[in-house]
Amino acid sequence: MSSTEPLVRFENIQKSYDGQILVVKNLNLDVDTGEFLTMLGPSGSGKTTCLMMLAGFEPATHGEIFLKDQPINRVPPHKRGIGMVFQNYALFPHMTVAENLSFPLEVRNMDKAERETRINRALDMVQLGKFGDRRPAQLSGGQAQRVAVARALVFDPDLVLMDEPLGALDKNLREQMQYEIKHIHETLGVTVVYVTHDQSEALTMSNRIAVFNDGVIQQLAPPSALYEKPDNAFVANFIGENNRLLGRVASVDGNSCRVDVDGGGSVIANPINIDGEGSRTTLSLRPERVSVRPDPDSQPNIFDAKVEELIYLGDHIRTRVGVCGHNDFVIKIPNSSDHASLQVGDAIKVGWNVEDCRALDASD
Amino acid sequence: MNTDLAQSNVNESGEMITADGVPLRISLLRAKKRARNRALLLVAPLFLFILVTFFIPIISMLFRSVENQVVGDVLHRTVPLLQQWDEHGSDLPNEEIYAALAEDFKEAFENKSAGSVGRRLNYEQSGFSGLFRSTNRKARKLEPPFKEALIKVDKDWGDIDVWRVLKRESGSYTLSYYLAALDSSYTPTGEVYKNDASNSIYLPLFWRTLWMSLLITVLCLILAYPISYLLSTLPIKTSNLLMILVLLPFWTSLLVRTSAWIALLQKEGVINDLLVAIRFIGDDQRLTMIHNATGTIVAMTHVLLPFMVLPLYSVMKTIPPSYMRAARSLGATPFTAFVRIYMPNTVPGIGAGAILVFIISIGYYITPALVGGQSGTLISNFIAYHLSSSLNWGLAAALGTILLGAVMVLYIVYDKIVGIDNMKMG
Amino acid sequence: MKKVFKHTLIASAISIGLVGTAVAKDLVVVSWGGAYTASQQGAYHEPYMAANPDIKIINDDSANGAVAKLRAMQEANNVTWDLVDMVAADAILSCDEGLVDEIDFDTALAPAPDGTPASVDFGDLLVSPCFIPQIVYSTTFGYRTDLVGDNPPTSIADVFDLEKIPGKRSLEKKAINNLEWALLADGVPADQVYDMLGTDEGVARAFAKLDTIKDQVIWWEKGAQTPQLLADGEVVIGSTYNGRLFSVIEEEKQPIAMMWDWQVFDLDGWVVPKDAPNKAEVMEYLKWATDTQRLADQAKFISYGPARASSAPLVGKHATLGIDMAPHMPTDPNNAKNTLLYNFNFWADNVDDLNERFTAWLNQ
Repeated sequence: MSSTEPLVRFENIQKSYDGQILVVKNLNLDVDTGEFLTMLGPSGSGKTTCLMMLAGFEPATHGEIFLKDQPINRVPPHKRGIGMVFQNYALFPHMTVAENLSFPLEVRNMDKAERETRINRALDMVQLGKFGDRRPAQLSGGQAQRVAVARALVFDPDLVLMDEPLGALDKNLREQMQYEIKHIHETLGVTVVYVTHDQSEALTMSNRIAVFNDGVIQQLAPPSALYEKPDNAFVANFIGENNRLLGRVASVDGNSCRVDVDGGGSVIANPINIDGEGSRTTLSLRPERVSVRPDPDSQPNIFDAKVEELIYLGDHIRTRVGVCGHNDFVIKIPNSSDHASLQVGDAIKVGWNVEDCRALDASD
Repeated sequence: MNTDLAQSNVNESGEMITADGVPLRISLLRAKKRARNRALLLVAPLFLFILVTFFIPIISMLFRSVENQVVGDVLHRTVPLLQQWDEHGSDLPNEEIYAALAEDFKEAFENKSAGSVGRRLNYEQSGFSGLFRSTNRKARKLEPPFKEALIKVDKDWGDIDVWRVLKRESGSYTLSYYLAALDSSYTPTGEVYKNDASNSIYLPLFWRTLWMSLLITVLCLILAYPISYLLSTLPIKTSNLLMILVLLPFWTSLLVRTSAWIALLQKEGVINDLLVAIRFIGDDQRLTMIHNATGTIVAMTHVLLPFMVLPLYSVMKTIPPSYMRAARSLGATPFTAFVRIYMPNTVPGIGAGAILVFIISIGYYITPALVGGQSGTLISNFIAYHLSSSLNWGLAAALGTILLGAVMVLYIVYDKIVGIDNMKMG
Repeated sequence: MKKVFKHTLIASAISIGLVGTAVAKDLVVVSWGGAYTASQQGAYHEPYMAANPDIKIINDDSANGAVAKLRAMQEANNVTWDLVDMVAADAILSCDEGLVDEIDFDTALAPAPDGTPASVDFGDLLVSPCFIPQIVYSTTFGYRTDLVGDNPPTSIADVFDLEKIPGKRSLEKKAINNLEWALLADGVPADQVYDMLGTDEGVARAFAKLDTIKDQVIWWEKGAQTPQLLADGEVVIGSTYNGRLFSVIEEEKQPIAMMWDWQVFDLDGWVVPKDAPNKAEVMEYLKWATDTQRLADQAKFISYGPARASSAPLVGKHATLGIDMAPHMPTDPNNAKNTLLYNFNFWADNVDDLNERFTAWLNQ
């Protein structure tokens, strides 16, 4: 968001729990002030470990973390001034909602009047103004979640960490809470580092997303770039739906390359992440970027396909076809008034643009 | 159509009915009754077992603490006549009463029942046992005038206080066991007075039992809290191993365990030897750590520790580590986080463990009997003594009832302060 | 084949024979267990069972607290014991309560070999009409020969003399014996001891004497404690039953010696529970087991004196140690210079009161 110096900086961070396996491998990451940055990845990818190192609950094995340019490796958690929302809320069951919110203010020796003002403001912010006297056990999941957010913010931290905070909620509530958190972030301008394994959550809320896999950030980019322009096969696969065609690079020609697909056929693709002629590659193609029965001259990539399965999903029809020897090739056909009507078994032509077909690193 | 259907579900009096016409309310009751009967059948064996092995004996023991029928049963001629005699006067009972007593003794001789009355009255005043035994021996030879004859057999029959005690304790029920249990006595004419210090045993003992149980509970808590915390944070494999060490006192025979404590704590024992060897104390200053209150406290704390560890551990196990982390991230120092967040969440475990340890120790008797010496015995040792040695079951029952009452009062106090629902065994 | 058949026949015959003997009467005899039951087993039970194959004697070691158990059995109308071993005081108590049967000594018991009736042979030791004494045991003192130097204790006064015999002493944790010894040590003539204890002043005098050594006393409750305390060197001198001291001196060879001055004689013997299941068989057994020779035989196994006057000359050598038992008997003239006979009638009347006083005194 802002172009000034970053609020948080991970510098060459490595982390190992057992001295044999690195769960975080040489991490370098800047979090800008006011940014909503999401660490996204499958479980075991190192994202939560990074968050815990930032919060101070896990020491970094190597490297240094800076908060406002100050190294914080030796600063204990309670002196870092970072708010945190936990997976299962971690509301203190023996205290009322108001007491929960009061706790961070009390340990900061704030006087009573000031505390009450802030508690009321925080509760109003999450629309729970009347719930101050309730116990956590008397709250619904969504309410508890809001209290947890309010508690993490009540002492005005510069940085708030959220560790899969919506994981325990059902789908509808989760989506609603995503917007609420996003709005709170926008209103307060606080910096948020958010950890999740849910890509749609990440896409909805974030300014930038760091995709983690195997202890390494695979790509760090805004949501649209991540979806539209994945740097590698993992990101392409992890974010959104993706068709993969495996093959070998036959020739490279400036802004395009020719790839011989394993199942037969030769595709002109956009070379993003290939090792040159002769190397293995994964072609990545979003289902909605495939056109059915295209104008024969409009695209260089036009292939025969056979309709294998049709699934009616309301706004679009998910169509699985066999193409270039791959039977799991999915096309999304929008349910527009003039959409092509297909039957299982139809032989059709499908095509796509060179820019939309990204030749990425070889995946298994 | 719809209205017809609706009407068919309601009978004339407006009650909802089921498809076969039975009122819905009754049908529901029937269905519930079946489930209730099944539940009753399931608990019946345990209920019967508890009733037969626990409640009936307890109630009969409670009854014994006031029961006093033996006097009236055996001396059934004398007792009714005694009601007319004025125990506040200075005159001995008349010849009629002496004659009734002689008749009663003759009958008691046949039934061999005089001794038990003597034993019973001996609790009230020493000498009754001998008086009844000697009178019983000569019961057959008693001839009128019975007053002289009885006084000749034993001059105590001419003592007005003997008759006063007899009259006072002739009812079917008595409170004298409770008086004795509270270190009080009757004067022969029936006034209650507090025993002087040289005859007071039970009240000091009740106090000692209470404070020692309390001390043992506190010691158990102090020792168990850190170990439970450690156990709950360790990986399950390590914690299981440590748990075995905690449970070890359960698995060793009581006598082995007690002998071990004696070997450790006695004057010539391991600890004293060690202290002497490191010149901490001189050879003539060896500490007395067993056969006194210290011994009881040490050994009982050891025995009862698992009862504190287990509830604490199971409660701590359920406290997510994120509570402490949340507290730290909110700005609390480790100490503040522990005191304000962790400890309050362990209160249910503390409550359960403390109540368990306290109630067990208040009624514990084997360990204090073995290592307690005279300053480390508890009230339960005297209950056992009166049950098995002195055979004063009435006094034992009265002491037991008072103990039971004390425990119940404490339980209610605990409920008022902490709340009994706030207790968690795991 | 034939042989096998023959063996089977024999085996069947034997088993039929066994079934036959199983009809034999089981007599349940309750005693103290350990060395004491062993001595009865050797002297009475085994010879009797050998002579009467239809009787089987079953030992039950629950004599501790037997009166309470008898009372409970009587109340439940289910007496399962045939014969019970008791100390005299308990027998008197049981007799008072009607828990045990009275016995006509001259008809039920065998006369002495010279024809003296049993009542005369037992003499003064018949302290209750229900009680047949077996042995005379005494409560007396043992001391560590290596801890008293050149000045061993010789009289009861030495027990109360902290200057002559410094160090801890062990006494039984009840009023009985201790009060008598206190008065004797305080110079009261033996024949006035019980008269004195009948008065408040006498009791106060006894307690005053006990006060002088109170902080040097370890109080025992089980007969095994004093031998152990002596062996461990925890006490210099202590009271216990003479048989216990015999075994710690002669069998375990500990540096301990006896101090017999003012030993207190007590009796242990049989009572027959009211409604005993096998009354006739028990009475027959008793007649044999309490005759002159049998009582003398028991002393081969344990150092307690036989209760019949006529048995004394027949006491021989220890069954396994082979030492002459007579000098170890409490009744031996050398040991019995000053003796006190436990006053059963006095204690039956006063035991509750004085034990209460004693306990209160202990706790002061």
